[in-house]
Amino acid sequence: MTDAISASGLIKSFGRTRALGGLDLHVRTGEVHGFLGPNGSGKTTTLRILLGLLRADGGTATLLGGNPWRDSTSLHRRLAYVPGEVALWPNLTGGEVIDLLDRLRGASNPQRRKELLERFDLDPTKKTRAYSKGNRQKVALVAALASDVELLLLDEPTAGLDPLMEAEFRACVEQERDRGRTVLLSSHILSEVEALCDRVSIIRDGKVVDSGSLSDLRHLTRTSITAELAGPPNGLSMLPGVHDLDVQGDRVRLEVDSDKLDAVLASLTSTGVRSLTSQPPTLEELFLHHYAVRS
Amino acid sequence: MTGVWTLVRLALRRDRIMIPVWIGAFVLMTVTSVAGTVGLYPDAASRTAASAGINDVPSLVALYGRIYDTTSLGALSMIKMDGLGTAFVAVLCLLLAVRHSRAEEEAGRLELIGAGVVGRYAALTAALLVSVGTSLVLGVVTALTLIASGLAVAGSLAFGAAWVGAGIAFAGIGVLSAQLTRGSRGANSIGMVALGAVYLLRAVGDSRGPEWLSWLSPIGLSQQIRPFAGDRWWVFLVLTGVAAVLTLGAYALHGRRDLDTGLLPERAGRPRASAFLHGPLGLAWRLHRGSVLGWAAGFLVLGAVCGSIANNIGALETTPQVKALFEAMGGQQGITNAFIAAELSIGGLIAAAYGVQATMRLHGEEASLHAESLLATGVSRVRWALSHLVVVAIGCAALLTAMGLGASLTDGRMLIGAALTQLPAALVLVGLTVAAFGFLPRLSALGWAALVAFLFIGELGPLVPLNHWVMDLSPFTHLPKLPGGAVTATPLIWLSVVAVGFAAAGLAAFRRRDLV
Ligand SMILES: Nc1ncnc2c1ncn2[C@@H]1O[C@H](COP(=O)(O)OP(=O)(O)OP(=O)(O)O)[C@@H](O)[C@H]1O
Ligand SMILES: [Mg+2]
Repeated sequence: MTDAISASGLIKSFGRTRALGGLDLHVRTGEVHGFLGPNGSGKTTTLRILLGLLRADGGTATLLGGNPWRDSTSLHRRLAYVPGEVALWPNLTGGEVIDLLDRLRGASNPQRRKELLERFDLDPTKKTRAYSKGNRQKVALVAALASDVELLLLDEPTAGLDPLMEAEFRACVEQERDRGRTVLLSSHILSEVEALCDRVSIIRDGKVVDSGSLSDLRHLTRTSITAELAGPPNGLSMLPGVHDLDVQGDRVRLEVDSDKLDAVLASLTSTGVRSLTSQPPTLEELFLHHYAVRS
Repeated sequence: MTGVWTLVRLALRRDRIMIPVWIGAFVLMTVTSVAGTVGLYPDAASRTAASAGINDVPSLVALYGRIYDTTSLGALSMIKMDGLGTAFVAVLCLLLAVRHSRAEEEAGRLELIGAGVVGRYAALTAALLVSVGTSLVLGVVTALTLIASGLAVAGSLAFGAAWVGAGIAFAGIGVLSAQLTRGSRGANSIGMVALGAVYLLRAVGDSRGPEWLSWLSPIGLSQQIRPFAGDRWWVFLVLTGVAAVLTLGAYALHGRRDLDTGLLPERAGRPRASAFLHGPLGLAWRLHRGSVLGWAAGFLVLGAVCGSIANNIGALETTPQVKALFEAMGGQQGITNAFIAAELSIGGLIAAAYGVQATMRLHGEEASLHAESLLATGVSRVRWALSHLVVVAIGCAALLTAMGLGASLTDGRMLIGAALTQLPAALVLVGLTVAAFGFLPRLSALGWAALVAFLFIGELGPLVPLNHWVMDLSPFTHLPKLPGGAVTATPLIWLSVVAVGFAAAGLAAFRRRDLV
């Protein structure tokens, strides 16, 4: 499959701050791609470069087959963007903003607009300055989801939504995927990413440090195992990939790199297993593993 | 009241450039006014004749005020500063008061601060302190400047006090109007309309009477202190009382409302966008509409007042000095024409001020991230910027047309064309502002600096003989003096070319830069 977004070696500095230092990002057409990283790691900057709002200092980026800086206007008709900070014109109503943005994309779909307003329980007659934060977010979401476009760029789209609306949002994104749209979803909410994303890229300090499907990524972290054996274990500490081994009589607790699981299980079964619990790495652990600044 | 000082320090830090620049501009204006007057009227006899002459012309009295002691050098030197200068002081204090109360609240910053350890009235108090403090500093600095220029000490102090009085009254009006609307733009508009109204009130009171009308106006009260012509300090106390009442009103209203609401109600709007709100142009019109219409109404009134005053002038027996004064103000045939031409050129400057302010909206839209939402759709940067600029250009033309129409209605002649000759000069300032926006987005306010510079050149050029080269820098220097003068198209065409050139360069730069 072709890539809807493909960026390599993107570099962007703001004065002395280096926001991106050689970022590679590949989003395949038709997938929901999670974009994760700690605060200030460069997610929004990447999205703004992809939108041609910022100009990269170095590297190349291709968006829907075009150059995001040069072809921005024609590309923008094929995508919708929900900014991380939703700023709306205070004296327009929510309904007017939605219509305006959709008309400018040239891809409005009145039927879908009506349906989305109902699903998100949004009153379109209010002036946007009178909306709560969550409702402002909904205006931007409805405007983006209501237009028939190929690509959705969503920057922390559920910030400020209540759990009910967040569930509604997930359902919408799933529908979008089923229709063949590509979605790039920047988010800090791991359960959301886990539920929605086919693949994720993890960014830290302006570089993608990891990218792949969630199960790919899980392989890189440890599984924890607690087992009660038929006799005292032997040779476990010699096996590669075993960490934090704790043996108390016949009881064993250890952590093992997920790709070295086979040898450990073989060793355990050779002693004889009475009971065994294994915990796959949680997404949290996966992220903490990447987010934490290792000194 | 905890947190007030923190907020004041924050405000002063944010305005550490803007406030000194304003104060510096006022000082420069006073210094050049004194020097210019001394140069123009070197002896007592000529001053007395000039002062008496000004008092004889109702239109000048309406515009600037009355000279209460025709023998006083100070009173003659400061006549413009006492009128229009005082209005500018009022604008400064109004803007500061709104900026640090309502604008902060609107931007949501107060919420951030309000959740910390600051009192309920802290922000209001801080805004008031900043505004009042600025007017005090301005008053003291101005008084010292006047003393240093050689004017009477008592009069200089009274003049400083007159500015302080107007400043604190408008600080009060600022915090009061900040309670009424939810947006700072609305609060500023209410304040400006109030300023226009009270200025008009004193114009009528001073020129036609009844005299007590001037006493209803804070600007009129400020002039009634009569610096250099009696130094009536008790009027300053009256003005302080007015300011106190306005301020108490603001506190009372503030106590009765919630954070981030105004007292004027919010109405429900349309659920769907009208066919008109179809593209960036429709949106730009929608965003500028209120202010264009408001300004146009003001221009219509201004034009009508000028036309009616001008009508009475021709009949007057005037002294040669007054004739000279008018001719210095820029006309060739007849005092009526000269007066209208002078008024129209002031209208041109005000229209340019509107143009700069409206063009700054580009920067405002970008900084508030509104532009980001639009530019992420199929709208190109140039199309977005041009749609604002089209509205601004039409807006400037509409204001001048309104002024011309107003003057035509009361004067009886067709003056719209004469008013519109100011347009190219105003558009040069729009172009300059676009250039600043494109090349130096952080310094978009350079358009204002240019306007102030041109204002100086225009107002002071005839007083202090300026180098011709300096005079030529101002686009307003090149305009034909209409009505009465000869119409020459060449300067108008050149000014238009310059305006378009600046705007095009600015847009080209904007296309190539990062969005902030
Ligand atoms: N316009 C700008 N001027 C200066 N520095 C900037 C600008 N925009 C971003 N930065 C810096 O670039 C870095 C990356 O910022 P970015 O907004 O892309 O982070 P992010 O990953 O979106 O963070 P968050 O999760 O908090 O939204 C930060 O260090 C930020 O301070
Ligand atoms: Mg961000």
